[in-house]
Amino acid sequence: MSGRTDRRAAAAARHRLLPEGRVAGPMPWIIAIMMFLTVLAAAAGLGLGAAVRSMSADLAGRATVQIVEADAEARERLGARAVQALRGAAGVASVKAVDPAALSDQLRPWLGEDATSGDLPIPALIDVTLTAGEADAKVRHLRRLLSGLSPKIRVEPHAAFLLPLAGLLSALGWLAVGIVLLMALATGAVVVLAARGAHDSHRGTIEVLHLMGATDVQIARLFQRRIALDAMLGSLLGFVVAACVILLLGARLIATGSELLGAVHLPWSGWVVLVVLPVGGALLAMLAARWTVLRSLGRLL
Amino acid sequence: MTAIVQFENVGLRYGLDSETLSDVSFTLHGGGFYFLTGASGAGKTSLLKLLYLAQRPNRGVIRLFGEDVVTLPRKRLPGFRRRIGVVFQDFRLVPHLSAYDNIALPLRVAGMEESEVDAPVSEMLNWVGLGDRGQARPATLSGGEQQRVAIARAVIARPEILVADEPTGNVDSDMASRLLTLFEALNRLGTTIVVATHDLPLMGQVTGAQMMRLDKGRLADPTGALRYPPRPAGGGG
Ligand SMILES: Nc1ncnc2c1ncn2[C@@H]1O[C@H](COP(=O)(O)OP(=O)(O)OP(=O)(O)O)[C@@H](O)[C@H]1O
Ligand SMILES: [Mg+2]
Repeated sequence: MSGRTDRRAAAAARHRLLPEGRVAGPMPWIIAIMMFLTVLAAAAGLGLGAAVRSMSADLAGRATVQIVEADAEARERLGARAVQALRGAAGVASVKAVDPAALSDQLRPWLGEDATSGDLPIPALIDVTLTAGEADAKVRHLRRLLSGLSPKIRVEPHAAFLLPLAGLLSALGWLAVGIVLLMALATGAVVVLAARGAHDSHRGTIEVLHLMGATDVQIARLFQRRIALDAMLGSLLGFVVAACVILLLGARLIATGSELLGAVHLPWSGWVVLVVLPVGGALLAMLAARWTVLRSLGRLL
Repeated sequence: MTAIVQFENVGLRYGLDSETLSDVSFTLHGGGFYFLTGASGAGKTSLLKLLYLAQRPNRGVIRLFGEDVVTLPRKRLPGFRRRIGVVFQDFRLVPHLSAYDNIALPLRVAGMEESEVDAPVSEMLNWVGLGDRGQARPATLSGGEQQRVAIARAVIARPEILVADEPTGNVDSDMASRLLTLFEALNRLGTTIVVATHDLPLMGQVTGAQMMRLDKGRLADPTGALRYPPRPAGGGG
């Protein structure tokens, strides 16, 4: 029999062969809850992943050079020489001396007017952006280079103190990925149970269709379509609620004003991934339903 | 006449019980009209189940339309089932479907265009005297009406073999005669008819019909179908 005939038969009969309405009982609600949690976990994973990536890019590739010299004039001279040396050094993408006035401005709230009086020795700072790639070796190289100029020059790679944090975020991100995978597994299991239940409660109808010469695929199609629709509804509901929660949380994160927390944001590509989840959930449900029904039908002659 | 159904030494056993059917051998010819009779529990329904491919025998050979269906790959069976119409002893109407949609089922399973379904289904409804009950659910139909829906569903797709298990069990003798007339009309169009029944007078109505009698799972005439009522020489199993 041709696939076309098969499809036409299914199309004509799909509204009639199974009773109207839900076939799967509470399955859509369970799927809604699971999709809600899945989307949240995925969003957390994606947001944390993006944060880790931007941190690594921003921080691993940067270092601050401090010139700790009490004498302002000597400090300026040493700073200029350091900038000179850094400009020519391997592994350095850009060098920018932090304007002492700007630095004083930033420090004023902490140190008061003393910051600008010049009485208080403030180290000169040079922001160094490293070229892409392994940062540790470059930082070591810069240390060697600058310690030749003066022992009063220190090199602080940014990643050093943020590395444990990035590690934590990355671990949380992977945990989120694991949760998403477990959820997919559980969704599949729920659908298998629902399909089995639907199959059992329509056993009589199925047997009659089977004895009339309906193929397994024809019969499975009735169920998989219905269950996919149910799963789609549930997924959509879960997704919408989760998306609202994510948007609200995002607004709260930004409202904290914290640069660290602000790094945890969902990029646009992340939203695309999230939208794929309910579609994938419905597809997974359809395949699980099809597999279950085909397996049960295989037991009939 | 061509052999359309052949059973050779067929045995059927449910679970670990003794055999329900033993050494059943017979041949049905295309265009024939056959009655299957026997006491309750003799194995009539079991034999018909083997015939309409709801059950595999434990031993023996069953050939349908010239092919051995016992060893046939499972995916080829639907094609054979579509050539056989079945009236089940318990009707097996789909409860949530109207009489109309129940009768339309075989056409839809076979992939008929929806626009072509209506004419034959309406005609069939009228033929079994249910022209005005098409939208009724099975639960709201009487036993006899349900039986007629079951018969209409069995014959709508013009099967080559019609298998009917006690098709007149729930109707009065008037309706039984009418249904039998319907079967005869189909038989004249070339359909091979196999009817399981206890109703001896009914069998007498069909001239040229042959009878097989099951006794505790064995055919009373192990060499082939018995004649009932006897018919002049020529043809037969
Ligand atoms: N699915 C089954 N599992 C186990 N035993 C069965 C099954 N179906 C039928 N039997 C047994 O097989 C025997 C024959 O049953 P069958 O239904 O074929 O008889 P029958 O001739 O059709 O009877 P009736 O005239 O009452 O319909 C009976 O003893 C019955 O209990
Ligand atoms: Mg019976």
